[in-house]
Amino acid sequence: MNDWLLIALMALVTFVPRYLPFALAGRVQLPAMLERGLDFVPVAVLTAIIAQTTLIRGGELDLTLTNAHAIAAVAAFVTALVTRHLFLTIALGLLVFGLMKLLLS
Amino acid sequence: MHAPAKQMWLGALETLPLVVAAFPFGIVFGAMAHASGLSFAVSVGMSSLVFAGSSQFIAVTLIASAAILPVIVLTVFVVNLRQMLYSANLMHHVEHWPQPLRAALAFFLTDETFAAVTDRNNRHPGEPGLRWFYAGSAGFMYCFWQISTVLGYTLGERIPSLADWGLDVAMVVAFIGIVVPSLKRRADWGCAAVAFVSALLTHSWPHQSGLLFSSLLAIAVGLWMSRPESAQEQPDE
Repeated sequence: MNDWLLIALMALVTFVPRYLPFALAGRVQLPAMLERGLDFVPVAVLTAIIAQTTLIRGGELDLTLTNAHAIAAVAAFVTALVTRHLFLTIALGLLVFGLMKLLLS
Repeated sequence: MHAPAKQMWLGALETLPLVVAAFPFGIVFGAMAHASGLSFAVSVGMSSLVFAGSSQFIAVTLIASAAILPVIVLTVFVVNLRQMLYSANLMHHVEHWPQPLRAALAFFLTDETFAAVTDRNNRHPGEPGLRWFYAGSAGFMYCFWQISTVLGYTLGERIPSLADWGLDVAMVVAFIGIVVPSLKRRADWGCAAVAFVSALLTHSWPHQSGLLFSSLLAIAVGLWMSRPESAQEQPDE
């Protein structure tokens, strides 16, 4: 694969969504359906990535208690649910991950 | 009070905590880029020309799993629809800016700068000098993203196992910290549940296409669950 072609295309598909609404500001109103759909994008994409990164380890579904990523993710999920605090969620998730790695080593 | 230099300084200052939080991500990105076989120039080129954390993480992850180019570009595009929502949110603030300035500042629209700008708009509605504040925030974030990428790549070179330490867990817990507080309506939870289960069921699809499919399916479910014309609200004809 041509790395620089990839970067050019990535730069394009990253810049266009950032710029398009700016470019149209003051000229158009987005259809309500589109705005509602965009609303779900972070939840949909990030959750799909979270699921695959935590539970698919080494190409296989890993639902065991020795899956440090999954245990850390559960700790982060509970922290986020209770505190809704980003830094606290990251800190506790990483702490649990570190402890798991120590326990498993 | 609203002198450009002062506003740029304020923009940088108020983005500082977010920059500190993003720094480890840049390091992890640099190390992951090294581990997936990208050259130093390509890795730094990605950070300086694309400048979008989640796009870059997804790209190196997909490159490592030998995804084909169209799948990477399409996935990156879908992920960036988030920034489109940010941009759409700021439409009313930029409508009096000249087009070249809009284009230049749009390039630098990240989660961090969006958060800082939104915070300013909430606390000082209508205060002039937003463009300078935005530029200060964006420039600060940009510089540190490049530094952390270089540092991460160098560390990844010195410590070849850095990518095996499971540092991708930092990205996962951060994503969880961003997603969970945004789960407010029943439709949000439905969307997340569908994305989660579908991503697991489709993980073996070629070139990570399951990620894209699961995202689109989850968005469709979210739209359907939050449709305004639900049966009980519809008046009888």
